[in-house]
Amino acid sequence: MPFELISGSQAVAIAVQRVGVDLVAAYPITPQTAIVETLASIDAKGELGGEFVSVESEYAALAFCKGAAAAGARVFTATSSHGLAYMHEMIHWCSGARLPIVMVNVNRAIGAPWCLDPDQGDSLSQRDTGWLQIYCSSAQEVFDTVLQAFALSEELLLPSMVIYDGFYISHTYEAVDVPEKQIVRRFIGPPVFPAQVKPGSLGNLHGLTTSETQLGLIRRRHEDMLRAPALFDQINDRFAQIFGRRYKVIDSVIPPGSKTVILTVGATAETVRWCLPKLKDIGLIQLRMFRPFPAERLGSLLKAHEVERVVVIDRNCSVGMGGIFAQELRAAIYGMTNPPAVDDLILAGGVDLTVKMLENMLDSRSAESRVGQKWGTDLQ
Amino acid sequence: MALIEHLTQEYLRTKKLPHIWCPGCGNGIVTAALIRAIERTGYDQRDVVIVSGIGCSSRAAGYLNFNTLHTTHGRALAFATGLKMARPELKLFVIMGDGDCSAIGGNHFIHAARRNIDLNAVIINNHIYGMTGGQHSPLTPTGMKATTAPRGTLERPFDLLVLARGAGATFAARGIAAQPRQLEQLIVRGATHKGFSVVEALSPCPIAYGRRNKLGGAVEMLRSMKDSSISVERAAETEDAELKDKTITGVIYSFDAPEYAEEYYRSISDNKG
Repeated sequence: MPFELISGSQAVAIAVQRVGVDLVAAYPITPQTAIVETLASIDAKGELGGEFVSVESEYAALAFCKGAAAAGARVFTATSSHGLAYMHEMIHWCSGARLPIVMVNVNRAIGAPWCLDPDQGDSLSQRDTGWLQIYCSSAQEVFDTVLQAFALSEELLLPSMVIYDGFYISHTYEAVDVPEKQIVRRFIGPPVFPAQVKPGSLGNLHGLTTSETQLGLIRRRHEDMLRAPALFDQINDRFAQIFGRRYKVIDSVIPPGSKTVILTVGATAETVRWCLPKLKDIGLIQLRMFRPFPAERLGSLLKAHEVERVVVIDRNCSVGMGGIFAQELRAAIYGMTNPPAVDDLILAGGVDLTVKMLENMLDSRSAESRVGQKWGTDLQ
Repeated sequence: MALIEHLTQEYLRTKKLPHIWCPGCGNGIVTAALIRAIERTGYDQRDVVIVSGIGCSSRAAGYLNFNTLHTTHGRALAFATGLKMARPELKLFVIMGDGDCSAIGGNHFIHAARRNIDLNAVIINNHIYGMTGGQHSPLTPTGMKATTAPRGTLERPFDLLVLARGAGATFAARGIAAQPRQLEQLIVRGATHKGFSVVEALSPCPIAYGRRNKLGGAVEMLRSMKDSSISVERAAETEDAELKDKTITGVIYSFDAPEYAEEYYRSISDNKG
């Protein structure tokens, strides 16, 4: 297998080239820029196989993608932080229009004030827009997930957001297995989803509708999105046959008898995985898919291992409530018999996790405060 | 030296230095011209507000010791418009870059011009998105290379001052970093003009633009900037054919028209009567 030493963002660009897209439209923003630059250089060599357009804003980037996808084109864009926030209206619109657009978001804090570190508040602010959200923890996973996201989206006719931490993954070089295009083509062929705009036919898209019709459309989107975990497993069966590796909706390492697990996503999960041998009887749950939220699978996993305490590491904070992954977990286990206590370590602003912080968090007891919230900077 | 010392102590947040700009960047020259221009207007430091957006140029706001506001990408003029409407007595300078002002912020630029609100826009045009490493902007000349246009951009650039004229700005001038004294005078003229004033300041970016396009270092870029420029007065006496590829500097046009904030407050007081 051809391994290359590349950054997470270069892995994205190469994955997009391997999948074969008709259009890339993007606008630069730190720390996403390397994706756009790598795609531009692939295009300059005549190897992109599609159009590359650099546009006047992030809003325009997604609008370009929306138009092209409506004509049946396979499209890709990437952004970060304020760029994602600026796209917000169009993000809803693409999901409502049932377009299988794939977008990468590189996590970065949102201002004010300006901050570049990998807070997850940008992508989590788009939680309710009807996009699949998959969080990645390595450059290899980023590469593979981009391939899989196109397969998921085009089957479900829903857009996907592939998400990873700014700098820790976007700018870190790792050895990545980069399969050749013809091998990737065995996994995913040319796009086959229907074009909504066709030459020679007359039609009006997205005209005014009634609340009842709208409810029906939202319900169908919701029900279709709930198919994603099972579809993800099927896609990974196929992926494993070709590439020899696979991913799970929820990854877990829970040693027998562990009553405490750490739940987190992305690069933080990789840090925890590295710390596990140093921590006694502690397990890890890495949530890969966040939308749809795999509530049932998570509940079953916690029940099967009789977990008593979950320490959630949230590199985000919904001001006025707390860490968002912790909130979602609490909602998912509500009503469960003997549910685990949920403690929340908040690393908002993109604070990096240290071993000491983790040890202090595990030593602390949730009874100290009602919701068991701790701020990372208090535990250093 | 005494003057430089005075200007530095008075108008720069020296604790914030050294600045983040690359070696050879023209942003410091333009910022210094802006400082000298504000000094020359005689405005009270406490009445001056600097508003900036995002990009290399916009980092100037952090170094300048006035009321300063570092806002979001492309929105500096929108923030400044709100500020001017609430406190019309303030003197507002809005520092933007070419990408910031003419791409993502293009809509705010034309509407600030249309309203003729008394803001002083200083656009540092280095033809590139420098902070993110050299992507082409709407002011990158056709054919020039950028990370997002490795074979040269196919797009046509805006002529920012023609755009300003079409949108209704009542003052437009162009200066170059290679002639900082003229630039200073142009900023003073823009500041004392009532209405929306636009000063485009051409500035070298040897790292993210010059190197990729083989334009030489900062000295070569400043020299060629100077050699290819011609003042508006001399241009008036020159044949059109000779003006091809020349950058015309000076006050390109200026005229009077009702200023928006003043008209707004007048209309409120008329209605009260």
